[in-house]
Amino acid sequence: MAVRELLLAGADERDLTKLKEYQALGGYESLAKARGMKPEAVVEELIASNLRGRGGAGFPMGRKASFLAKETGKPTYLVVNADESEPGTFKDREILTRSPHRLLEGCLCAAHAIESENVFVYLRGEYLDAYEVLSQALEDARRAGLLGDVSLTIHRGAGAYICGEESALLESLEGKRGQPRSRPPFPAVSGLYASPTLINNVQTVATVPLIVEHGGAWYASVGAEPSPGTVVFSLSGNISRPGNYELELGTPLRTLLYNIGGGPPGGRAIKAIIPGGSSTTVMTPDQLDTALDFNSVAESGSQLGAAAVIVIDDRACMVQLALRASQFYMHESCGKCTPCREGTRWMVQLLRKIEDGEAVQSELDLLLSVCDRMMGKCLCALGDFAAGPVIQYVAHFSDEFQRHLDEGGCPFHGESSLDGIFAPVDQHSHSPVAEVPA
Amino acid sequence: MSYPDRRSTILNELREAQSRHDGWLPPEALQEVSDELDLAPAQVKAVASFYDMLHLEPVGRHMVEVCTNLSCALVGAQAVLEAFQDELGVRAGETTEDGAVTLRAVECLGGCGRATVVAVDHRYREPVSAEDVPAIVGELRDGR
Repeated sequence: MAVRELLLAGADERDLTKLKEYQALGGYESLAKARGMKPEAVVEELIASNLRGRGGAGFPMGRKASFLAKETGKPTYLVVNADESEPGTFKDREILTRSPHRLLEGCLCAAHAIESENVFVYLRGEYLDAYEVLSQALEDARRAGLLGDVSLTIHRGAGAYICGEESALLESLEGKRGQPRSRPPFPAVSGLYASPTLINNVQTVATVPLIVEHGGAWYASVGAEPSPGTVVFSLSGNISRPGNYELELGTPLRTLLYNIGGGPPGGRAIKAIIPGGSSTTVMTPDQLDTALDFNSVAESGSQLGAAAVIVIDDRACMVQLALRASQFYMHESCGKCTPCREGTRWMVQLLRKIEDGEAVQSELDLLLSVCDRMMGKCLCALGDFAAGPVIQYVAHFSDEFQRHLDEGGCPFHGESSLDGIFAPVDQHSHSPVAEVPA
Repeated sequence: MSYPDRRSTILNELREAQSRHDGWLPPEALQEVSDELDLAPAQVKAVASFYDMLHLEPVGRHMVEVCTNLSCALVGAQAVLEAFQDELGVRAGETTEDGAVTLRAVECLGGCGRATVVAVDHRYREPVSAEDVPAIVGELRDGR
């Protein structure tokens, strides 16, 4: 079995939301060790560990920390991205609710490394349970004197996927609409309040105490090179044992889906796998031997993303799947960049026509053309997240898309597992509608 | 509070204003936040209209939110949403006539491993199946 619990170690046996329980397992000893080291020495260990960001982009944390502008006369900020909203992803909530002190210790170690006294945790607004657990843990850590000179604030969002994008998150944290910024300048130079800012995902920051404790070289030796360590995989969809599983990077997809997840219920066949959340491109059953690490998944043509593995069995219509995913991105597009704002809406209209059997051949080509005109054309990756996967749904399941055109409707005839699924974007507003006199 | 700029507190201010005004943000609630933070009303409304958890129209005394994103949809979210619609006699996006319950379909709530996820007054119930729906609605009706 490839399960290896480092981040979630002890959480099954003990109530690690309690400070004493966490300390009984050696909790906050890494913080003491880090504070006994020179800040740049901690950054060196992070670089040596080759810890890659767990939020989706996979950028090495140590390098990002080393880019921070120095001697600017402004404070340096550490911002933790806890705005987990990528469809299929629920790993950060697991860490936040079951091992909150590990995140707090990670914050304090990282703050020491970058000589920051100001930490913000931007927490997804809907995560009320995580907010309560993390707030209590923070209060306990503060009372125990663990914060030192560091001010740590939990900042609650209010429901917007785009705020998981780092520059939109900073805008939101500054009290504005969560719309991405143009870059450069990057946050390391001009981030929160135009000051040098390091932003990392919950899981990335929660890994820092392990690297301080055992050293960067040790962490680099765990799992697969060149993306070492463990990752909490969120497994969902048509799978017998869904849930979060912390695995060494490099574990084969087949092991996760069958040995750990038990395969689809009822012994059904897997039709498709989304490996990293709905923004990543689809994989097919012939790719089950792909190793789950950043590079191997990229070589397979997809992305590890947020390691949110969604399993789709043979009952699902892929046009409906593409439509539902596109409706999500249409709903979440912030509207700042035209290709994304208009493109996501156009994609939904075209996919709806294909699903309803009202599309002609040229409209399938048009769908791909719209996707092409979105890719890489916006300030942030949301447009790519919408368009990239749809291009691959069409490429991998071209017969199924074609049958919708040829047969004048969905070949599943109402039997798809996704049939009739309703998206929030189709919801009526509560605004009163004026009666039009006859 | 450790924000160098008070404007950073706007989401908290709006959240509190919303809870003072029956769960939504009428114009006077936006004005209160404008006054509190010394921002133009347009700036406050620009922010309030951006976020899904802030409501610019009246809502029911209770809120039922059903995730219909992919992971929940693959295992039956549509049946759960339909059960709520039948039980409450409203469509997604609407409030019952007595003002008791607003039903919404929402995007991924981050509970995909225990699908279908339903948030009842912002507390997650996971997993919820169509069979669980009458009891949940009964609970809300009993509590008024």
